[in-house]
Amino acid sequence: MLQTLLRRAAPALLAAVALISLAAAAPAPQGAQVTIGNFTFGPAVLTVAPGTTVTWLNGDDIPHTIVADDKRAFRSKVLDSGDRFAFTFAQPGTYAYFCSIHPHMTGKIVVKAR
Amino acid sequence: MAEAHRRRFLECLAWAGTGLVWTVSGGLPAAALLGAAESLAAPRRPAVQPFTFVQVSDSHIGFNKDPNPDARATLREAVAKIAALPQKPAFILHTGDVSQLSKASEFDDADQILKEAGLPVFHVPGEHDMLDEGQGQAFLERYGQGTLGDGWRSFDRNGVHFVGLVNVKDLQAGGMGHLGEPQLAWLAKDLAPLSASTPVVVYTHIPLWTIYREWGWGTDDAARALGLLKRFGSVTVLNGHIHQIIQKTEGNITFQTARSTAFPQPAPGQGPAPGPLKVPAGRLREALGVRTLSVAPGAHPLSLADAALA
Repeated sequence: MLQTLLRRAAPALLAAVALISLAAAAPAPQGAQVTIGNFTFGPAVLTVAPGTTVTWLNGDDIPHTIVADDKRAFRSKVLDSGDRFAFTFAQPGTYAYFCSIHPHMTGKIVVKAR
Repeated sequence: MAEAHRRRFLECLAWAGTGLVWTVSGGLPAAALLGAAESLAAPRRPAVQPFTFVQVSDSHIGFNKDPNPDARATLREAVAKIAALPQKPAFILHTGDVSQLSKASEFDDADQILKEAGLPVFHVPGEHDMLDEGQGQAFLERYGQGTLGDGWRSFDRNGVHFVGLVNVKDLQAGGMGHLGEPQLAWLAKDLAPLSASTPVVVYTHIPLWTIYREWGWGTDDAARALGLLKRFGSVTVLNGHIHQIIQKTEGNITFQTARSTAFPQPAPGQGPAPGPLKVPAGRLREALGVRTLSVAPGAHPLSLADAALA
């Protein structure tokens, strides 16, 4: 249900969300971090305040990607071992994502005011 | 007869671990499939003529971590093994993940090494070959000549029908491998004119039977493809992706997953994740290898031999 809503709202989200993505291997900015290890996003569900920049770090010895379930809200390039991807979540909502190389790897960023 | 076949299959399995595994693919005698009505109406097809071909998989050119600091070197050894075969194979099927990160330099190096075998190579992509900006465009531009859609194709050789399927394109969250409607519609059309006694070889990257769902080792809509294949007397499905030999027979369909030329992966569910299996340097080549398939007329037209690099 939520996914359907998200999919429908995707174009609006795309316009609303500030698209700030940093190049791989850039230094981690202030904010929250998700670490990939053993083909798992840790934590699998991360709750942050609006405006937070979330950084993913690939700690595996295999490449991974970070792709929004709707494939539009955000999408990283391939992250080799030690590479990072960052995205700033401006708007409240639940953002489900996965690794497009290993789609059984899934996670969620919940954005809400504290 | 089924029992005799099973016993033979189990005897063959007993050789696993010696570096050479002989198996016999499933299949029914062609004569048993042709009822009187069908034999009158059956489309003409060329008789099966003997030949051999080779499967190479998961070369991961660019991979340089534990347990294999140089995936180029081990592919080179695999190609040397093919070049030294007593009977020259007709071609190589590469069942995906030829590159680690879809970089042009990785594809270049893979091509350079594979060229030394002096054989035509038919590629299907793995998920590692879809990591360029165009999400598979680079692979398709390089290897897609003569293919349709996202890179699928079929061709005939000496009475055997070969089908290369792509199941790594546009994967969905929480899912596994995926063939998609356009490819399935094409497959139905491609197989329709064939007689049920035509031996069929399907090659693809991710297994077409679910080996371990938690690690994504399967293809979501594979049942649709297998439904189209089950009327044939002999179907052999060759795939890679899981970097180890696992076999299964279901009716007339035999599933054969192949070794990698780069690094082994753990047995299904053994350990926390399907990452590279760390084996001691001296044991690495026992876990890597290539596969030779022989075609001969008869009830079981395909047989295969897996040879480890050491």
